[in-house]
Amino acid sequence: MRAAFVDAMLEIAARDDRVVLLTADLGFAVLEPFASRFPLRFFNVGVAEQNMLGLATGLAGSGFIPYAYSIGTFASMRPYEFIRNGAVAHALPVRIVGVGAGFDYGTAGITHHSLEDVALMRVQPGLAVIAPADHDQARSALLATADLPGPVYYRLSKEVRPAIPGLDGRFRIDRVETVREGADVLFVAMGTVAAEAAAACEALSTLRVDAALAVVAAINPPPADDLAVLLARFRNVISVEAHYKNGGLGSLVAEVIADRGIGCRLMRRGAGPEAHDGISGSPGFLITRHGLDSASLVTAALEMSGG
Amino acid sequence: MSLDARVIRRLILEQSKRAHVGHIGSALAIADIIATVYGDVLEPGSDRFVLSKGHAALALYIALHLTGALSENDLDTYCADATTLGVHPEAHLPGVEFSTGSLGHGLSIGAGCALAGRMRHTDDRVFVLMSDAECNEGSSWEAVMFAAHHRLANLIAIVDCDRQQALGFTRDVLDLSPLAPRWRAFGWDAHEVNGHDTGAMKRAFDSFATGEGAPHVLIANTTFGKGVSFMESQIRWHYLPMSDAEFAAAMAEVDAAQ
Repeated sequence: MRAAFVDAMLEIAARDDRVVLLTADLGFAVLEPFASRFPLRFFNVGVAEQNMLGLATGLAGSGFIPYAYSIGTFASMRPYEFIRNGAVAHALPVRIVGVGAGFDYGTAGITHHSLEDVALMRVQPGLAVIAPADHDQARSALLATADLPGPVYYRLSKEVRPAIPGLDGRFRIDRVETVREGADVLFVAMGTVAAEAAAACEALSTLRVDAALAVVAAINPPPADDLAVLLARFRNVISVEAHYKNGGLGSLVAEVIADRGIGCRLMRRGAGPEAHDGISGSPGFLITRHGLDSASLVTAALEMSGG
Repeated sequence: MSLDARVIRRLILEQSKRAHVGHIGSALAIADIIATVYGDVLEPGSDRFVLSKGHAALALYIALHLTGALSENDLDTYCADATTLGVHPEAHLPGVEFSTGSLGHGLSIGAGCALAGRMRHTDDRVFVLMSDAECNEGSSWEAVMFAAHHRLANLIAIVDCDRQQALGFTRDVLDLSPLAPRWRAFGWDAHEVNGHDTGAMKRAFDSFATGEGAPHVLIANTTFGKGVSFMESQIRWHYLPMSDAEFAAAMAEVDAAQ
């Protein structure tokens, strides 16, 4: 997905000379194509995320469109107040790019696992929050949101992950992308773990459970109307995200259920408090440890549907 | 011509009394800096100003009033209900480009503006007025390093060095001395000046070259509460509103000043 980012950035910067790329000293073997093609619009600001977001506010307040790049934890949390009092308070077109969604950084450990960035970002009024599920959707999302007048937070995966079957790179702000129809249970997924949900749907079909899958990449503004229509069709819904259970997609879905009075049951699957217990491993190991792998999702769906 | 700092001080006292609010000492401390910058230095339409020490906003509002951006009626809404003139400045107000109030934020915004000016090949200057205690914030030094590295000589920081902060003297809370050498060590062109000498400040600003080179910092040594003897260097005037008697005494002192 990082490759999708730099490819999209080359296209966006080529068509709009207001676009500037800032990095807080990250992006080795990723950002070089941009730096070599647009050297006057590329700044490594050093390991200084607060200043990066302050600079971005000043640049955007001067007519530029800055993209501020770092690992998700560092891009979202260290400069959080600068995001709030800067890009958000002034409704400026600052783009915050957080790379390494959920457990992408694997053995790098909890300091590098973005598990609450969506929760933090989606409470900020007017801050678009975009969390693509695969490479092609990331590219579409970056291009579709490049001209938004206000600020954007992108939650991008670090890893090269399989494409989500049926997604075909679709992205629309304020919308949900249904990639698989079904009648018995609905998976609602954010980010690359949508691939685990897709695999779970396949496995469930062999068990005569007809599971649907919807990908939510446009988290804020909340795609509430789409979600409401979708949720109303199911008795059992499972949200899937490599993010703490509280505050992210699962919470968003719960809000829509409550706000609209929808009569479905929701199981929220996400990272648990054990994320802080010091146990590390590959992204795949951690996804499984937190019950987000396809086999765990199959079990969850069977439990929920009484199978 | 610089603005009349005595008029600024009178209005600071009158508005603080009417609104029954504090932060009087900080506003009085920067009255001469604001008088110089707004009366004599800022080129309207090109130069930009960020009040990073947002808690002294009243002095800024008065400068905006004296230069025509705010009416007297606007000014009279200071700290009233439904006002856009709160204790800290909001970008919704004409003449205020960035909302401030959280210390350590303004210099990085200013550096971004200065970088934008550089990229556009303009001579526009960006002035950022900070407090000395704001140099406690690590983020201030992130911006200091960036501006020096990129040789943003169009960025001019002014440190209102009143040697006080919210709970005491800076030397007791987190010693900043020697302040100018610290900025120099980080690559800035640092100057010290009496922050109540409008002529000296004007000369300093005029001497700052804005091409590519070291960014400039003017360490403006000020007295907290300047102009009202019983407020000078008294930390409680960071917080307290004035009684009727205190207001009368303060106004008499300001009126009597040369």
